[in-house]
Amino acid sequence: MAGSTLHDGLTPLNGPSEQKSDDARGYYTLGDKLVDPVAPTGPIKDRWTTRKFENRLVNPANRRKLDVIIVGTGLAGGAAAATLGEAGYNVKSFCYQDSPRRAHSIAAQGGINAAKNYKEDGDSTFRLFYDTVKGGDYRSRESNVYRLAEVSANIIDQCVAQGVPFAREYGGLLDNRSFGGVQVSRTFYARGQTGQQLLIGAYQAMERQVAAGTVESFTRHEMLELIVVDGKARGIIARDMVTGEIETHLADVVVLATGGYGNVFFLSTNAMGSNVTAAWRAHRKGAYMANPCYTQIHPTCIPVSGDHQSKLTLMSESLRNDGRIWVPKKKEDCEKDPRDIPEEDRDYYLERIYPSFGNLVPRDIASRQAKNMCDEGRGVGPLVGDFRRGVYLDLGDAIKRLGKDAIEEKYDNLLDMYERITGENPYEVPMRIYPAVHYVMGGLWVDYHLQSNIPGLFVSGEANFSDHGANRLGASALMQGLADGYFVLPNTIRDYLADGPFEKIDETHEAVVEARRSVEDRVQKFLSINGTRSADSYHKELGNIMWEYCGMERTEDGLRKAIDMIRELKADFWSNLKVLGSADTLNQSLEKAGRVADFIELGELMCIDALNRRESCGGHFRAESQTDDGEALRHDDEFAYVAAWEWGGDEGQPVLHKEDLIYTAIEMKQRSYK
Amino acid sequence: MNLTLKIWRQAGPNDKGGLHTYQVADISADMSFLEMLDVLNEQLNEKGEEPVAFDSDCREGICGMCSLMINGEAHGPEVTTTCQLHMRSFKDGDTITIEPWRAEPFPVVKDLIVDRSAFDRIIQSGGFISANTGSAPEANSVPAPRDKAMRAFNVATCIGCGACVAACPNGSASLFVGAKITHLGELPQGQPERWSRVVDMVGQHDHEGFGGCTNIGECAAACPKEIPLDVISQLNKDLRTALKNGH
Repeated sequence: MAGSTLHDGLTPLNGPSEQKSDDARGYYTLGDKLVDPVAPTGPIKDRWTTRKFENRLVNPANRRKLDVIIVGTGLAGGAAAATLGEAGYNVKSFCYQDSPRRAHSIAAQGGINAAKNYKEDGDSTFRLFYDTVKGGDYRSRESNVYRLAEVSANIIDQCVAQGVPFAREYGGLLDNRSFGGVQVSRTFYARGQTGQQLLIGAYQAMERQVAAGTVESFTRHEMLELIVVDGKARGIIARDMVTGEIETHLADVVVLATGGYGNVFFLSTNAMGSNVTAAWRAHRKGAYMANPCYTQIHPTCIPVSGDHQSKLTLMSESLRNDGRIWVPKKKEDCEKDPRDIPEEDRDYYLERIYPSFGNLVPRDIASRQAKNMCDEGRGVGPLVGDFRRGVYLDLGDAIKRLGKDAIEEKYDNLLDMYERITGENPYEVPMRIYPAVHYVMGGLWVDYHLQSNIPGLFVSGEANFSDHGANRLGASALMQGLADGYFVLPNTIRDYLADGPFEKIDETHEAVVEARRSVEDRVQKFLSINGTRSADSYHKELGNIMWEYCGMERTEDGLRKAIDMIRELKADFWSNLKVLGSADTLNQSLEKAGRVADFIELGELMCIDALNRRESCGGHFRAESQTDDGEALRHDDEFAYVAAWEWGGDEGQPVLHKEDLIYTAIEMKQRSYK
Repeated sequence: MNLTLKIWRQAGPNDKGGLHTYQVADISADMSFLEMLDVLNEQLNEKGEEPVAFDSDCREGICGMCSLMINGEAHGPEVTTTCQLHMRSFKDGDTITIEPWRAEPFPVVKDLIVDRSAFDRIIQSGGFISANTGSAPEANSVPAPRDKAMRAFNVATCIGCGACVAACPNGSASLFVGAKITHLGELPQGQPERWSRVVDMVGQHDHEGFGGCTNIGECAAACPKEIPLDVISQLNKDLRTALKNGH
């Protein structure tokens, strides 16, 4: 069984890495090494069990005296609010949408992984752990990932008990499918709406706690600042998006479950409102941002149709189970109706290059190869600019083999959606797909307890960096969000809260007053610049820079150029922005301005991080680091570390803290799907 | 294409509000309806007029945040959400009237945005299964018949957008409530609370000021997720059984 050797977790299998290159010199300062202060040791399979026992308990009678703020109501935030409410803590939940049920977890289509081994096809906690570490290109923390795999089975139990209507077999038992780059069937699904069903489950559990009085829900509220008192996170400043009122909310602990920052690219599969502001404000208050350049580009999205585009729509990659991906062999065929291109003139390039995985190679590889085909001039679909950005995903063979009804039952809503957006019928014409930004593996740095380097600030779900390394496997985001929210956070946050309730503070505390004033000043600043350009236009321009230079393929020169461009853009933004309306009413332009301001600063840090990491790993492909046949080349000796960036001040440079990734259960290997 | 838009503008909940007319030019058929409104807003911003406030988030038809009465139809002429409606459903020279959801329990917040928190309160009243984290049995220990699980799924696809209420002449949310009653009532896990759930949810529905159902069927016709009308029959049947048994 070559390739899957497991170790007991008792001895380090690699040493710390030593970086030789220094591409980002001049853009950053090197800080001290970072160590997870609560990293567990011992046999890997016992680490979480041991830690749950070691972590202190909070007396049930004390829990209602402890205030917990949770920002975000997706899987990670909603599940945590429900669970901590059930436990009896006093929870305040915040979301920018009009209802917690709308958080963007809802849009996840394909499924959720769990090591149930219901198919008896060789799956296990260890295999899910192994696949996730390997899929993440050995850039995640193994203890965290093992825990994720370990609690995965509990998630399914919990969701079924809540009434999540997963797909079932005729005997009434749960169905599974194989998904996105793995060879076992471990993915649970609810047609193409798995995220929706899981989120509604968490939402309902949370609303039940609202009725019970343990959770207070603040909708249409946006967190604009973190309150830090004596080094501890003690609350947030939020804006009521309806009245415009700036509110102070104090607590014993703050949880950010605010999702990812893919909208830094303007066009992504994220929701229109998805933003980095909560995380970025925390970063500016001292929380480290880890691996910000790790971006997942999803291979199966509907291609861009023109300049008006406001977002991109994903087609679940479960379609890759039945769809065959191809481009014409000859450039001159690219304009033809694909049905007129004979079999021998089609290049099923994934099957050709990766015969054992074929169309099921991991996302990063599928995306990059689609880009390569289009760069070679063999892309299909309409010209956008002077370029065709699309490849075919053809269900023709599957329809012949399984029948139209079977395909319809599996993918009905996806295919309807495709037809609605493109005006083309996917049962008749091969679908066109192209990669789009979908997920970010980077996020706020957290320790094994999901606590950031600011005590009392916990970060869960996509907003943290910890579990997916440099690339996330399909059906793992839902797993991580719910693992963090239902099972991890409630068991770690209690160890922190065992020291509470903390010293009472009120709104007159100088740190609170200062935080509040900074928010009010910033709002007034946006309204007073009175320039000529909308926040949206800056966002689009930033997105173009990021996609061009910090997207699927990055180069040293390109990244340097991008940093300069972003700095110019930032200066222009702060002198030429135009926001109409007032601060004391619902004002979507004002909301947008704040988000774009933070995206601009994040974009610069992403480019610096990408520039520093002179290796190709997972979703991060550096052109200077590839094998002779064009595959990604990692440099474990130099970069097997988490890059945790400390805010260096508005005029200063970010400070890089490296956390070495030392494996004890799995040996690092170059990925090969050939 | 070039279009004339008549859009409801209302500065706040207490403002009177009214229709304002705007022109947009060079709209592509591949744009979504909301992207067309983005173009208008960019144009208004340039002219120094405050952009039109409207709700949207995922823009892929699943979060339920977008709304809009378009020419008197909830989510417009196609069976989908407004964000998935594309301009190829319109033609050059069209006049399009755009209004917010109209229902007393959905007060206007600003322009095209309404307050749908009544739906959250209906869910709080009983739209859940009480299963604390950690207490769940092994997932396959309770098989669920496939046909019932399929029906549960089909109605669980409700996105809580409120189109059913906006379309109903009575302003009833019976389709919304019926979908949740049916979703949870079809599953073995939903049985213990089945009867109290229907009584509590219907009680909250009426308390919020939603109207009663008189079998008109506009709700199911407007529903972007095609929730069938028979969930209201299920709702009534469950309610009758519950009341008969003293719940």
